[in-house]
Amino acid sequence: MIDTLRLTAEEANRLLEAGEVSGAELFAAYRAAIDDRDPELHCYLHVCDEPSGDGLPIAVKDVIGTKGIPTTAGSKILDGYLPVYDSTVAERLKAQGLSILGKTNTDEFAMGSSTENSAYGPSHNPWDPTRVPGGSGGGSAAAVSGGLAPWALGSDTGGSIKQPSALCGNVGLRPTYGTVSRYGIVALASSLDQVGPVARTVRDCAFLYSIIAGRDECDSTTVELPEPVELPEGENLRGMRIGVPKELNETEGIEPGVMEAVRGAIAKLEELGAEVGECSLPQSVEYGMACYYLVMPAEASSNLARYDGVRYGHRADATERLEMYKQTREEGFGDEPKRRIMVGTYALSAGYYDAYYGQAQKVRTVIKREHDALFETFDALVSPTSPTVAFPLGARTADPIAMYLSDLLTIPSCMAGLPGLSVPCGLSEGLPVGLQLIGPQFAENTLFRIGHALERAIDFDPVPERLR
Amino acid sequence: MAIDREQLLHVAHLARLELREEEIQRLEGQLNDILDAVSKVSELDLSDVPPTSHPLEVVNVLGDDEPRPCLPVEEALANAPEREGDFFRVPPGGGG
Repeated sequence: MIDTLRLTAEEANRLLEAGEVSGAELFAAYRAAIDDRDPELHCYLHVCDEPSGDGLPIAVKDVIGTKGIPTTAGSKILDGYLPVYDSTVAERLKAQGLSILGKTNTDEFAMGSSTENSAYGPSHNPWDPTRVPGGSGGGSAAAVSGGLAPWALGSDTGGSIKQPSALCGNVGLRPTYGTVSRYGIVALASSLDQVGPVARTVRDCAFLYSIIAGRDECDSTTVELPEPVELPEGENLRGMRIGVPKELNETEGIEPGVMEAVRGAIAKLEELGAEVGECSLPQSVEYGMACYYLVMPAEASSNLARYDGVRYGHRADATERLEMYKQTREEGFGDEPKRRIMVGTYALSAGYYDAYYGQAQKVRTVIKREHDALFETFDALVSPTSPTVAFPLGARTADPIAMYLSDLLTIPSCMAGLPGLSVPCGLSEGLPVGLQLIGPQFAENTLFRIGHALERAIDFDPVPERLR
Repeated sequence: MAIDREQLLHVAHLARLELREEEIQRLEGQLNDILDAVSKVSELDLSDVPPTSHPLEVVNVLGDDEPRPCLPVEEALANAPEREGDFFRVPPGGGG
């Protein structure tokens, strides 16, 4: 009997290698769990019927192009779209024998923090189905937490891997910009987007990262990793210097229960031998949101120009071409993409470019420099991943700016191109709290080492209480 | 800086969006709230700071200039809403 709620990818691999279970049996077990629980959780937009390899199954966020498997990015404008080629990450999964279980729900074009912007309806948090799983990669996070996949791929622009991982009690990595190929990924903001792993343990997360990372000649922004990925083993953190940026830990809006769990985790880091010190990111946090909500919509408005009804996707009935473009986009895009396209187009338009997009790119330099300076003293920085635990469905949908604030703590390091790992560090009001670990560029191994030691020390049970 | 109805319609045209009346009314308020919030970036004097357009220092990534296999026509056209022969077919008209 395979317990899909508890089985880690590492254990599943051991069972496979020992011949105690086959890839087909694993696939069938997860398929049965999906049939059982996905009607309630709605993690998947598409479920595959047959395993494509003889290895472990994996769930893939629906912004990741998969040959012959529908890829919608949570949007009606891509309803029925069947990619004719695989993204590089999908190719790398297949090369390892991994079987794609299905495509997971996301806010439309990864624009959101709750999956409520998905054109196909929201996913539900396995810990409490009246609450959101976070977003945009809420489908991947809820699938892993709800036992509907052993691990998953997500994508992160300003927090779309880390924040849902925190809200669902998973381990999620946003890798250093440039380490994972974006070839074949539905683009949101190209200078920020990164694909990354969501898993039940830090070791699984590191292993999945090792499969997908590395230079790809189809994506000229990728680089070779300076050192191989190491699966973390150690349980002490002696010699590790960890900074606690005041602004990321004391900002208004962080729930007391979240802060309590994070403080507990920081105390554990000290017990494990790490040197912990306070530090400061004054402008990164104060100006990060404003900077992000200019750079991201500007790049998104440019990327989403390709959805014009000419080559693929939805096309509106119209007798004249300009009208066809406009009607196609009016009918195909939901509210949030339209809002961001409008903000982005405005910020890039003649007369406003310097004041908005140009200025935001300079703020980005300030944010990067502030982080770089801290990494002269510290090996990693910590904070809560999300200011709150999972919030009720509908709580923030009427107010775009309230929803944007969900990513307040994840955005600054994304702007600087830095890796971030979210690890569960406890519960508040019965819901998971995530600890965010930020490192310098290419310091994934450091983050895995800290996250692994902390995971052992905290012994968080990743199975939602109501499903135990 | 506030965006009025006329500017909003101009931006919608640039973005090739045919907005419905109720969307225009809703967006006018929301865009002004968002622009108000993001205008915070103008508080900083950054005249001496260079812009960051890319977080990694990667320059001049060049590939070999050699022909490689690409998508066959049938696959490239597989998702076409409408085709004629080996072409994507679109409605006639200028202005876009």
